[in-house]
Amino acid sequence: MEDLLFELQLALPQVILGVINGSFYALLSLGLAVIFGMLNVINFAHGAQFMMGAFVAWLLLSYLGIGYWPALILSPLIVGFVGVLMERLMISRLYKLDHLYGLLLTFGCALVIEGLFRNTFGSSGQRYTTPPEFRALDLELADFFLPGYRVWVLIAASAVCLGTWLVIEKTKIGSYLRAATERPQLVQAFGINVPLMMTLTYAAGVALAAFAGVLAAPIYSVHPAMGANFIITVFAVVVIGGMGSIMGAVVTGFLLGFVQGITDVFYPEASQTVVFVIMAIVLLTRPAGLFGRA
Amino acid sequence: MAEGTIATAGGIAARHEETGLWGFTKPQAVAFLLMLAFVLVSPFFLYPVFLMKVLCFALFACAFNLLIGYVGLLSFGHAAYFGMGAYITGYAAKAWGVPPELAILMGGATGALLGIPFGWLAIRRAGIYFAMITLALAQMVYFFALQAPFTGGEDGIQAIPRGTLFGVFDLTADLTMYWLVAAIFLAGFLLIHRIVHSPFGQVMKAIRDNEPRATSLGYRTDDYKLMAFVLSATLAGIAGGTKALVFNIATLTDVHWAMSGEVVLMSLVGGLGTIFGPVVGAAVIITMQNYLAEFGAWVLVIQGVIFIACVLAFRRGILGEIAHALRVKL
Amino acid sequence: MTVNRRTLLGAVATAPVWGALPFRSARAQAANTIRIGVLNDQSGLYRDISGPGSTQAVRLAVQESGITQRGVNVEVVEADHQNRPDVGSTVVRQWIDRDGIDVVVDVPTSSVALAVNTLVREKNKVFINSGAATSDLTGAQCSPNTIHWTYDTYNLAKGTGGAMVRAGGQTWFFITADYAFGHALERDTTAFVTAAGGRVLGGVRTPFPGTTDFSSFLQQAQRSRAQVIGLANAGGDTINSIKQAAEFRITRGGRTKLAGLLVFVTDIHSLGLEVAQGLVLTETFYWDLNDRTRAFTQRVGAMPGNLRPSMVQAGCYSGVLHYLKAVADMGVAAAKASGAEAVNRMKAMPTSDDAFGEGSIRADGRKLHPAYLFEVKTPEESKGAWDYYKLISTIPANEAFRPLNEGGCALVRS
Repeated sequence: MEDLLFELQLALPQVILGVINGSFYALLSLGLAVIFGMLNVINFAHGAQFMMGAFVAWLLLSYLGIGYWPALILSPLIVGFVGVLMERLMISRLYKLDHLYGLLLTFGCALVIEGLFRNTFGSSGQRYTTPPEFRALDLELADFFLPGYRVWVLIAASAVCLGTWLVIEKTKIGSYLRAATERPQLVQAFGINVPLMMTLTYAAGVALAAFAGVLAAPIYSVHPAMGANFIITVFAVVVIGGMGSIMGAVVTGFLLGFVQGITDVFYPEASQTVVFVIMAIVLLTRPAGLFGRA
Repeated sequence: MAEGTIATAGGIAARHEETGLWGFTKPQAVAFLLMLAFVLVSPFFLYPVFLMKVLCFALFACAFNLLIGYVGLLSFGHAAYFGMGAYITGYAAKAWGVPPELAILMGGATGALLGIPFGWLAIRRAGIYFAMITLALAQMVYFFALQAPFTGGEDGIQAIPRGTLFGVFDLTADLTMYWLVAAIFLAGFLLIHRIVHSPFGQVMKAIRDNEPRATSLGYRTDDYKLMAFVLSATLAGIAGGTKALVFNIATLTDVHWAMSGEVVLMSLVGGLGTIFGPVVGAAVIITMQNYLAEFGAWVLVIQGVIFIACVLAFRRGILGEIAHALRVKL
Repeated sequence: MTVNRRTLLGAVATAPVWGALPFRSARAQAANTIRIGVLNDQSGLYRDISGPGSTQAVRLAVQESGITQRGVNVEVVEADHQNRPDVGSTVVRQWIDRDGIDVVVDVPTSSVALAVNTLVREKNKVFINSGAATSDLTGAQCSPNTIHWTYDTYNLAKGTGGAMVRAGGQTWFFITADYAFGHALERDTTAFVTAAGGRVLGGVRTPFPGTTDFSSFLQQAQRSRAQVIGLANAGGDTINSIKQAAEFRITRGGRTKLAGLLVFVTDIHSLGLEVAQGLVLTETFYWDLNDRTRAFTQRVGAMPGNLRPSMVQAGCYSGVLHYLKAVADMGVAAAKASGAEAVNRMKAMPTSDDAFGEGSIRADGRKLHPAYLFEVKTPEESKGAWDYYKLISTIPANEAFRPLNEGGCALVRS
């Protein structure tokens, strides 16, 4: 009993770290879910856009001297604008076709974006220093040190997730959005500009990815493949949660971070594969996903 | 909705539906003879190692195309079967001294054995989910390949011997190896063609076009989908095994998700749902890679641009467009 | 009739493909031309340590060898292997069969290097490897046509493991990437740590690839109270580990040190001194090591991306320079006729250049030179751009690499 208590005490910080990492899963799968809900497109370029978010923050800092806080707003706006162009010029042409074409198109976009960044900035990564003001949030408990920046990541990600949920579920715009997802022609007939809404939804989803990218920049090295590492895991998260609900995407994201945190302590070798194992189990028992509609 | 389905080219009403030998329509027969002539003649004036690479990938792409073109399932994890096929063939040939013909068959068996559980899981969902599930499962195979001792981790299995075919033909000579590869490719190609034109193939197409209707007609559609999946995985395993012998190596590249993406690209460029499309697509992409090797960093970008261009403007692929222009089925 | 029209159309449509196909006609080989192929990663993770910079270094070697003044033509071509063994071996096959390449240089990424190693031996050409880490190139898979020039995993493990214990790092904890390469690095380093009287307190295996957050593992390492945390990983994993160690103040107070087992100067550049300070690592070349290395750095100029040369790029320079000396010594015709003979001549001659100083090449193809244990400077210690390392100890050439009889190389026994 004492052993177990001791183990749990050791595990607690790891679990906290796991949930913090889950913030990134939650933000990314939230963006995917928002885009999928409205456009019926699986955005394979999501990882590349996450990377762009981090890179734009780095570019703002190193070329224009614009710091972390403005970048947190500016970078999602800039990358979101790129998203607008992508949606208008390419994705919007595919709505009448099989959804798989959207997947293939965005896969191509991901290759182009990653390749261009590699050509321009090399692949060994850029540094983005953690803003010093986060030191104030540093937590030190006996043996355990939690950098203030990680605390901030958890707060910021939770706030944005909650905000997005509120916008979609509780506001007028959100109700248009939900209606347009179900019956686009009808909503159009009521005088709402559905194509514009689609564009803005895509941009919003992309901006969420970019926001996650800016949050990640001080933790990870900013390099062209940083998104590609994430995206397959996030796909598994999306399959587990099911694409049905916004809440589902967020909850599953945090939940898997939590599971990974525990695995890191007790069986670190499996902490990457555990997501895929859970995915297989969920598919066997609830093919539509934990929160999905069949 | 005809424009909407992914297998646009396959759905085109053909003017010449009368079938001749082996279920080929007349234009298909002409195309096949052209391809056959090319396969027979080309090694005498083109570089055989390059041609073998093309043929291996052509078979791989044909296997992939069987799923997308005729069952309407887009797998984003075909590298798993291709790569594991390569590993098992390579390991059998190198560590156990298994003769090449058997080693390649073992590669195919590996694809099948992997395809059964994966297919069983993945066919529970369709469309985009199917793509994501196959991708995630293939990623697990990649992790496994990295860890398992027999794969040699990051170094892969190196210096795999080509061996002696049936104990008679020494395969170390590139040209001898070429004839083996050509034979495997043609056999695989004709097998796929036969399957597509068999009653089994008709049911597959019925599932692609309207699954509820196929179910209502009393077909156990899941069984058909699984069979198609396993067949496709088997052929992918054979293609991987053959490639391992040609290049004497089996490495992580073969199981990486980028490989899954590449085979999608080949089929897309050639024409999804056309029988000859994947072959042309494989030839085009391999040739391109060959030349881009000297361009260096732009490979990714150019591949991505081709992806985008194909999806936006060129959905039928090269052969699909030709077939459409000529109003024939290829 | 209709069939003919279609056939024609089909042929026309595929014509561009035909035109682009590689025809097997071998180019007439000018007897007086040495052709060098630089094969490396131009688009991926190893672009900055090798990439176009390696070609730049090779061109400098060609120029300084003075061989062109003697009427010998030298051609340098480069290609990207995209870290894919099949792409690499296709390129090298065509280089040799079609383009008459005599020597293949660089080739980072062990899987590609081993594939090229087999191929070059089969075709009896020369392979000067600078970029790859695997010690198998001079061990189980050694070849009479291959020289492994710059470093290998054994060499790095010995430098960091052994010398670090002697410099005071007695107790170790490993963060190991969970695949063969990581295991090998951990195993080798453990051997040197214990041989030098140190102790390994524990370790953790991190999934590879895909682990992006190492903080949990770093904290486990910290709790072990080990003096040294050994990073038995590479590339992005190492960078993220170092970055997060700084974030979690693992090395605060200087009691715990991080030891990178495969870190290059370009990684330090991208991390920055604020984050990387105190890291201990082994390299065989550093641009600011002495007057000769500074002179070399001056002559080779800035590498693409405005970087200073890495040890891999310096190795390409040094290797090609030595090869061309051997060619000048034995004659172009003889050097082109047999790669193994050219390598034999290279082994018979002592090496000397500004990048690595004086050295030699062993029977198993291992190039010998000293290795250096460095510690990364603090921002206060650094006096300017690229002033990154302070030297902790020098491992002499005869101790820096695996002993000749331990590698299991068949060339040694015969």
